[in-house]
Amino acid sequence: MSTPQRINTVEFGEITVVTFNDSKILNEQEIQELGQELYDLVEKDGRKKIILNFGAVEFLSSAALGKLIGFEKRIKLNSAELMLTNIRPEIYEVFAITKLTKLFEIKDDEADALALM
Amino acid sequence: MLRFDPDRCFSPYAEALIGMPDQAWTWTLDTTLVSRRGAHVPCMTDILAQLSKLGWPQHDLFGIELTLEETLSNAIRHGNKFDESKQVFVLCKVSPEQFWLQIRDEGEGFIPDQVPDCTTDENLEACGGRGLFLIRTYMNRVAYNDTGNCVTLEKTRTPAEADNLNQHDTPAE
Repeated sequence: MSTPQRINTVEFGEITVVTFNDSKILNEQEIQELGQELYDLVEKDGRKKIILNFGAVEFLSSAALGKLIGFEKRIKLNSAELMLTNIRPEIYEVFAITKLTKLFEIKDDEADALALM
Repeated sequence: MLRFDPDRCFSPYAEALIGMPDQAWTWTLDTTLVSRRGAHVPCMTDILAQLSKLGWPQHDLFGIELTLEETLSNAIRHGNKFDESKQVFVLCKVSPEQFWLQIRDEGEGFIPDQVPDCTTDENLEACGGRGLFLIRTYMNRVAYNDTGNCVTLEKTRTPAEADNLNQHDTPAE
């Protein structure tokens, strides 16, 4: 796999923890790249347990939300597991307003998710 | 915790758009954008910088940034369909207490009522359709012209006490 530009990954055994290189996820081209890099984790690299750590993310657009939803579908298709962590209150509010808290498993921080996966 | 309140939104068929409140505006932006991906970003940066200078709180700035991103990119993408012969007209006025924005594209328009509710179970996994919902949640008033190619939005700055609650409360579902 080519070096990801939009994400950084660290492996903890079977679990891949993903952090984002962009604090603001709104550029369309970057969102496309982000989506592809996430999909590749599951579909090319065969990763089955993924934690998305949003600690560095200050802003994301509805297009970015759409891409995350697309990723969640790939996760399900590939019988993988996904958790989202370290989401700032303002970003969490966006998930809550759009009821996406029903779709994603969200934990306060990475350590919680690592313990549960 | 913000909740979508349909009574806060004007009917999409309202004949008159929201008029500008009668007050002194500190700063105005009257500009046009090329209908190209990313063309809206400098304009967003300018508006947010002005609001920040006026001391608008972070939570309001977040909602306005989201609104600007959704409305401007919608005008370029859905309104003008990236046709660079068409423009997006942007008029924005700000003061320490009020934010007012009008965006018009040269497209055929749309019917806001026909955008599916993204929060229902059957639409939850749809990859699109959240922009309009978020705009209506973060803005105090939203109105479209009859054609649906011009949107006017208004937000009143959150009072300091309410903003303190926003900073410290964890949003509940």
